[in-house]
Amino acid sequence: MSAVMPTDPVAATAATRRPKPLSERLRYLWYLSRRSPLTLLGVAIILMVLVMIVAAPWIAPYNPDKVSLTSRLLPPSAAHWFGTDEVGRDLFSRVIYGARASCGAAFMIVLISTAAGVLIGCFSGVVGGRVDTAIMRLMDVVLALPALVLAMALAAALGPSLFNSMLAVAIVRIPAYVRLARGQTLSLREQVFVKAARTYGASPFYILRWHILPNAMSPIIVQATLDLGGVVLIAAALSFIGLGAQPPTAEWGALVSSGRSYMLDQWWYATFPGLAILITAMGCNLVGDGIRDMLDPRLRGR
Amino acid sequence: MMTGLSLERGHALAIHNLSLEFPTFSGAIKALDNVSIDVGKAEIVGIVGESGCGKSVTTMAATGLLPKGRYDITSGSVSLFGRNTLAMDDGELQDVRGKVVSTIFQEPMNALNPTIRIGKQLTDVIMRHEETSLPDARRIARDILADMLIGEPERVMNLYPFELSGGMRQRVLIAMAFSCKPGLIIADEPTTALDVTVQAVILRLIQNRARRTGTSVVFISHNVAVVSQLCDRLYVMYAGRIVEHGATRTVLEAPQHPYTQALLRCLPERVAPKQELEAIPGAVPSLLHPPAGCYFQPRCKEAVDLCRSRSPRLAGAEGQQVACWRRGVASETSGQEGRQ
Amino acid sequence: MAITRIIFPRLILLLFVVLGVAIITFTISHLIPGDPARMIAGDRASAETLENVRRNLGLDRPVVEQFTIYIGNLLQGDLGTSLRTNRPVAADIRTFLPATLELGTVALFIALCLGVPLGVLSAVYKDGPIDQIARTVSVCGISMPVFWFGLILIYVFYAHFQILPGSGRLAMGIVPPERITGFLLIDTLLQGRFDAFCSAVYHLILPGFVLAFANMGVITRQIRASMLDVLQEDYIRTARASGLRKGVIIFNYALRNALIPSITLLGLALGDLLYGAVLTETIFAWPGMGTYVVTSIQTLDFPAIMGFTIVASIGYVLINLLVDLAYMLADPQIREV
Repeated sequence: MSAVMPTDPVAATAATRRPKPLSERLRYLWYLSRRSPLTLLGVAIILMVLVMIVAAPWIAPYNPDKVSLTSRLLPPSAAHWFGTDEVGRDLFSRVIYGARASCGAAFMIVLISTAAGVLIGCFSGVVGGRVDTAIMRLMDVVLALPALVLAMALAAALGPSLFNSMLAVAIVRIPAYVRLARGQTLSLREQVFVKAARTYGASPFYILRWHILPNAMSPIIVQATLDLGGVVLIAAALSFIGLGAQPPTAEWGALVSSGRSYMLDQWWYATFPGLAILITAMGCNLVGDGIRDMLDPRLRGR
Repeated sequence: MMTGLSLERGHALAIHNLSLEFPTFSGAIKALDNVSIDVGKAEIVGIVGESGCGKSVTTMAATGLLPKGRYDITSGSVSLFGRNTLAMDDGELQDVRGKVVSTIFQEPMNALNPTIRIGKQLTDVIMRHEETSLPDARRIARDILADMLIGEPERVMNLYPFELSGGMRQRVLIAMAFSCKPGLIIADEPTTALDVTVQAVILRLIQNRARRTGTSVVFISHNVAVVSQLCDRLYVMYAGRIVEHGATRTVLEAPQHPYTQALLRCLPERVAPKQELEAIPGAVPSLLHPPAGCYFQPRCKEAVDLCRSRSPRLAGAEGQQVACWRRGVASETSGQEGRQ
Repeated sequence: MAITRIIFPRLILLLFVVLGVAIITFTISHLIPGDPARMIAGDRASAETLENVRRNLGLDRPVVEQFTIYIGNLLQGDLGTSLRTNRPVAADIRTFLPATLELGTVALFIALCLGVPLGVLSAVYKDGPIDQIARTVSVCGISMPVFWFGLILIYVFYAHFQILPGSGRLAMGIVPPERITGFLLIDTLLQGRFDAFCSAVYHLILPGFVLAFANMGVITRQIRASMLDVLQEDYIRTARASGLRKGVIIFNYALRNALIPSITLLGLALGDLLYGAVLTETIFAWPGMGTYVVTSIQTLDFPAIMGFTIVASIGYVLINLLVDLAYMLADPQIREV
């Protein structure tokens, strides 16, 4: 499959690169990161967030849901690094646990929209003809609309919950991936190895499964990575306006929303969860930019 | 080392022992190795060699056009009408370019700004270097376009580049290069992207205008046939080194270096009908890890042990110099000691 | 004419988009898990009252008929009646739209004024300290949760330093000018109300900056990327080889061409702006469409939500059409053929 030469530059570099020994590749990554310290910072942030997600019970000093009416709205201190909320829950622990809901939601959104987008896009590209035209026109219509307003309307209609808001955001993001996947499919369909497969009688679904999908995936995965930072923000924003995670859940957007009423006197309540959103989104965006720069053939090898 | 044939007439451009590297992740690419080129006043000099051999890098380094911070000059000097361009700052280089030395690049498709009318692009350059009003600048531009055999120059000046054919665009670029009467023109493969029929016309335009105005020209091409029609002298480059140099006729009629000989044998014009065309076996060596000794040695039929261990240096009589151990009086290049 | 050839399919797409939005909003309002009649009538309403409400809303008719009526009403500019304010949604939107447009315009202006020069500098001094700073600022903008940034600025400048107002469009004591355009900056000047004008400007600073900051990041990144592309074009090399001054090359030869691809992205950025405006307005109690729609969401006022969606979508599509036109006018290759 290494003979693929898709038109997309990202895919082209990924497909034509010869395998190099791991040490060489790591050294190359290190060389690139040194030239862009910001990317390295992004990697560090993402690692930190991953640790928070996996090891929340061990890092968090308190149970995030434990109410303690004697210690309400305490300012940051050695005992409560980020202070406490209106019912005395430890905000540091809630922010740590919040990574699960916030980042989990963002990840699910990207996963759902990518999976659906790839399926529809590859199907459309392989089938072609009127079905393809109909699907693509529909996608054009959806793409022409302001995605987030649509997601808000959809989430409102589905009823406020973290799952529904995830679904709403995922649905409006599908068309972009459909387009990308269809473009990949169309260019792959003309490749010699696909034509060859057709001549020896492979079924369209065999071709789709074994020839198109594996080769179309890499640019789509890159795009999904690039989108992750934005999605973290959107998920948090929907929770903030009350469409996503509902208050008792430790989710960053919902935490900022609850902290909002206390902003003027208890600044720490909304500040720290918001900071977590900012830093996480920043980590994703920095790494996304880094990946794009690394794959940019004009910047490589310099 | 060699200075040369044209000293008595004074130099337009004198590049002396220029070595240049591009630092990369995997190490330094030694793009130029002890390159020396002299261009006399009103002289037309050609540089030939395969693509990637350092022709363009040489002239772009001399005019400060290489991307800053991406290369290191490890030795050598450049003198443009007696002024050291390597020591100039941005402002000085901007004053020199266009006024003292102009460059015509290949690929006329993208060499003009697609969103600006031809006339403005020409007058911008003219008014940058000459104290003229806009109407005067437009008159100068019109005259020079007419001189480039462009009919209706007034109309052409109001067009956008995409409305012109490749040949027309190249004429506009040549007009732009000549517009401020520079002392030296660098023509970097100016006809490579054009139809064969247009090529000859463009070459004549450059040649005539240069001869008439006493402008020196450095003509860069991978095509020996093209260069031979125009140039007084030739430099043959291979993998960042000058391998042969001499008067055009001498080099063409009695090439000394095996590379030059091979290059000439590849020309269809020079081979008798029905005889098989030759190709040079192998490929240009990587400048990241160049071969030991003479760079042409891996592809050379005549290579001996000496060629594989030590680099030959350009040597020979005034009329023709060659860097080859198998051609008499070569001695080792100074720049090669100290490297493995 | 090439332009009509390009515009015509887009107008057709526009028709489909409008129809599409109508279908989507109609479907959404009819897929709501809850019963809108129950919502209006309240939990304790009798079956009879419920039936009456249903009949009044036309909910007892077949779906297709309901849709035809819906489309017919839309074409007449009737977006239904808000359940919360009991006023026509269209009238509500007319009331709140100018405030949003004013905020959005000011924010876009600030974002362009800061973002374009930053992007240019960043590209010209690539990998230098200026570039690192510009990239950091732009990544901060792109990654900034707008709603949180607004809260922080309110805390710092309103609560702590008490130098800027944190909510509303005018100070409490100032009588709003008579409504002519709905744009306070224009209305106050038309009526010579300089006190109100200053107050309006004063109130625009924080929300304007918050909304601008996120968009500035996007603009900086876009301008930087297209400038980097353009700067390595052959015609820039030609300009350099002709000795044109650096400033002339950057602004007259490169930026011009870099802006052309950026125009289309600007149209898409308006979507972000719209969404950011919703959040910013919520934070700053800005009496615009955003506050209106968020309140509607919180009170499950579906006619209002769908009305907003329709107006926002059509506005977005129209603006993108205009942006595409601007793109064609900016590119001589399309304009002159």
